[in-house]
Amino acid sequence: MIKIHDVSKWYTDFQVLKSCSVSIARGEVIVVCGPSGSGKSTLIKCVNGLEPFDEGEIVVDGLKVADKADLRVLRTRIGMVFQNFELYPHLSALDNICLAPMVVLKRKRAEAETRARALLARVGLTDHASKFPLQLSGGQQQRVAIARALAMDPVVMLFDEPTSALDPEMIKEVLDVMSDLARDGMTMIVVTHEMGFARRVANRIIFMDAGEIVETRPPETFFTAPESERARVFLSKILGH
Amino acid sequence: MGPLDFNVVLRNLPYLWSGLQLSLLLAALAITGGIFFGAIMGVLRMSSIRPVAWLALGYVNFFRSVPLILVIFWIYFLVPLLLGRATGPFLSAWIAFTLFETAYYCEIIRAGVQSIPKGQISAGVASGMTRLQAMRYIVMPQAFRNMMPILMTQSIILFQDTSLVYVVTLRDFMTSVATVANQDLRLVELYLFAAVVYFAICFAGSRFINRLGGGFRR
Repeated sequence: MIKIHDVSKWYTDFQVLKSCSVSIARGEVIVVCGPSGSGKSTLIKCVNGLEPFDEGEIVVDGLKVADKADLRVLRTRIGMVFQNFELYPHLSALDNICLAPMVVLKRKRAEAETRARALLARVGLTDHASKFPLQLSGGQQQRVAIARALAMDPVVMLFDEPTSALDPEMIKEVLDVMSDLARDGMTMIVVTHEMGFARRVANRIIFMDAGEIVETRPPETFFTAPESERARVFLSKILGH
Repeated sequence: MGPLDFNVVLRNLPYLWSGLQLSLLLAALAITGGIFFGAIMGVLRMSSIRPVAWLALGYVNFFRSVPLILVIFWIYFLVPLLLGRATGPFLSAWIAFTLFETAYYCEIIRAGVQSIPKGQISAGVASGMTRLQAMRYIVMPQAFRNMMPILMTQSIILFQDTSLVYVVTLRDFMTSVATVANQDLRLVELYLFAAVVYFAICFAGSRFINRLGGGFRR
């Protein structure tokens, strides 16, 4: 489904990604973790071409990232959820969800709205359709953002630290929606520090440090017996408290 | 000086009204031209092509560094030289105001667009929109709401500045007032009347701005 092969990227002299390679099967849930500045976010933004990369190749669902013509088609099939939600503040929750299907997929308003209402129900926000983003709590906003990404009927969902900007009591409602999605068979790449979620939901964990993919392993063995010293240090820091 | 006699205003109302019409027409045309070219200049100013951005910046800095009255003069004398025929004071005043105000509107529009976080474009682009679509449906509606109050403020200033066109022999509202005042020797009445009219128009304008300034429902 997703093939990341030997991807490298530089910011002038500084190498942010060092020959990253990983293959992801349909329906797999991958959690990417690692210290801040390790290139996690950069890597998933390469998958939908929001960040260009200098070397290597990424293929998603048979389409090569970087071919400019393919890129927009590709992006319609890859949903993305951002750390800061990035909902459109001038549009209601419903219109946030309808915008891209109408503009990009040329769906009729009525059709887009029906679908949007179904998605709002799915993320538990049926009664909030006409509210504006700033009238919603952080957790509700992020759930709208997930519904917005799903409205394009993506085959892959990317989550870039979806709970990092949330108050602790709102993290669960977002993670629950994500767990439901995973259970329904969505292919997901999730950058997160939520190790409980990783343990429960992920099929594999990618551990990154200093731009490298250091380990790619199932959660059971990653958490109990990490191979590398770097992963051990990282885990002791975040699981210790 | 005898008691105040405001009949002088009533007697000269058609004359004063024609002056006000010129002021309003010039302001309306200059606002339209200024915002139109200001938007274009704003886009050039944000261009990723360096020389283009520099040229636009140079334009803005130049026109913000010279007095408007000088620009009105220049255009009045320059445009006929360039075109080889007389253009008349009204057209030259319109051109002068448009050139001058373009610089200010450019900066307002640029600031408005840049006030929208980059992540908003990313969100649009990530859902398959082109950058242009993201600008049109996501950035511009927000930017426009943010910049509306300043656009209106600038437009009110522009309207007040139309009184400068007396230097190229145009008879705007202020000039009409001065003419009547001097003819009938009713300076106090006429300048009070002028103050009331300018105040009424500009105050109505700023009230309108305040109502617009509510922004998003938060």
